[in-house]
Amino acid sequence: MSIDQNTAAKVAKLARIKVEDEALPALATEFNNILGFIEQLNEVDVEGVEPMTSVTPQRLKRREDVVSDGNQQDKVLANAPDAREGFFAVPKVVE
Amino acid sequence: MTELNKLGLAEARDLLRKGETTSVELTEACIGAIDAADALNAYVHKTPEIALERARAADERLKSGDAPAMCGLPIGIKDVFCTEGVDSQAGSNILKGFKPQYESTVTQNLRDTGAVMLGKLNMDEFAMGSSNESSCYGPVVNPWKRDGDDTQLTPGGSSGGSSAAVAADLCLAATGTDTGGSIRQPAAFTGTVGIKPTYGRCSRWGVVSYASSLDQAGPMTKTVRDAAIMLGAMAGHDPKDSTSADLAVPDFEALLTGDIRGKKIGLPKEYRVDGMPESIEKLWNEGAEKLKAAGAEIVEISLPHTKYALPAYYVIAPAEASSNLARYDGVRYGERATLDAGDGITEMYEKSRAAGFGPETQRRIMVGTYVLSAGFYDAYYNRARRVRTLIKKDFEDAFASGIDAILAPVTPSAAFGLGDMASADPVEMYLQDVFSVTLNLAGLPGVAVPAGLNSQGLPLGLQLIGKPWEEGDLLNTAYALEQATGFVAKPSQWW
Repeated sequence: MSIDQNTAAKVAKLARIKVEDEALPALATEFNNILGFIEQLNEVDVEGVEPMTSVTPQRLKRREDVVSDGNQQDKVLANAPDAREGFFAVPKVVE
Repeated sequence: MTELNKLGLAEARDLLRKGETTSVELTEACIGAIDAADALNAYVHKTPEIALERARAADERLKSGDAPAMCGLPIGIKDVFCTEGVDSQAGSNILKGFKPQYESTVTQNLRDTGAVMLGKLNMDEFAMGSSNESSCYGPVVNPWKRDGDDTQLTPGGSSGGSSAAVAADLCLAATGTDTGGSIRQPAAFTGTVGIKPTYGRCSRWGVVSYASSLDQAGPMTKTVRDAAIMLGAMAGHDPKDSTSADLAVPDFEALLTGDIRGKKIGLPKEYRVDGMPESIEKLWNEGAEKLKAAGAEIVEISLPHTKYALPAYYVIAPAEASSNLARYDGVRYGERATLDAGDGITEMYEKSRAAGFGPETQRRIMVGTYVLSAGFYDAYYNRARRVRTLIKKDFEDAFASGIDAILAPVTPSAAFGLGDMASADPVEMYLQDVFSVTLNLAGLPGVAVPAGLNSQGLPLGLQLIGKPWEEGDLLNTAYALEQATGFVAKPSQWW
């Protein structure tokens, strides 16, 4: 599997990280080195082996469906780069 | 009396209880040491006012006779833990200025027992790294240097600020987190003790996530006894973390008898990798001999899938990171990039994340995005998770054959120079984790114990790996190893 510049650009877009065009060749090369390292996994016979989901066999705990928290608008917004009138503010999303 | 900041937790606790010192005195000694050690770059947010306020409160508790184990003991907190009202950036510019409105469960547990926070400790960005060089604050410098050589060395990573602060006596102990070796490798590089407990032993609530199925918090200390004391204070069930284990926390310190007669210790033959330095192999063999002399039985074991742990980790950890780090969007907290006229929300995401994340974090997010993307999910991510099942089974088989613990090196080398890996392929840095990452994948506890110095005078560590939830037994074996090696060396103060 080899990653070209177009694939690198697509991955950057999916990850929502801006990568300048001139940085794409180096990025593609790095991806290929890392993926080359990962390719070793193809040597392992995984036929019939279940993918691991949890390191300890446990059923996720459930709790009562009740409100246990809330009314903390100020705290929720305290670290926002732009908060106005009790809301998070972002650039225009729809025309 | 020795300088108070040079004490360990157990010694300081005993002095406090006897009334021979106070928490304020201990705390002031540490604050003095911290202010004289800026050259190490270990502390990135100092909190002396908070420390002294908590020290005074702890002294009151001590006077009233209500003094839990950690009461009055000054410690450093890794920047990855959210601490109420105190900057918590996880070593990243994208969290610049972030002041959590809440306290992580682990640091709250420590607060509740009366521990005193001295400040926040440097780390690799989002705990992604093995040298502390990916930190937005710049690298930490290891207090240790090679004999007759002034080269600045790494204290390891990602908990490099924690390991350096403990080794340089800038606190009595520190918190760390370990996703692929981030407690044990820095401990080994600085001649300190670090334990990664069983996955689920310490709550992850309020700890900035890297890879949720691997992350665990643990103590970094000067002795095994201190690790037992502090782990007991950090651990415990937490309803706010659904993977937190609902199990009683034993009195780990009470289990330190040093008696390991009849214990079976396994040496995995697959860990004898090509190119292992002679000093590491010698240390490992000597460690095994010492455990044998203490009455343990040494047996060779096989963990056949060891070789595949690192590549599996470098699929699973980036995959989880790409998902976890999606939350840094420039909206709810942290930095938002300056936008150009006409930029919409997508540009805001892309520019904020490009400016806020460092290169290694960007790389891991994008690798994770790729291995999870349509068409590659099965080939990479699911295959890696299947291999993970096999790696865990290797350990289960070894323990089922009657092994009590496994002895292995922590790292393939001693501390290396800052900048040495700058031009290397990222994969070369990843190889630092070759002996440590297997047990994160299996969820097992592992402890790094300083075991000797190499020919250049740098500390080397050995690692003991235990059964799930058997940290007490594991720490006891570590205690026996610590006593047998008698490691007492400290770095000479140059800072």
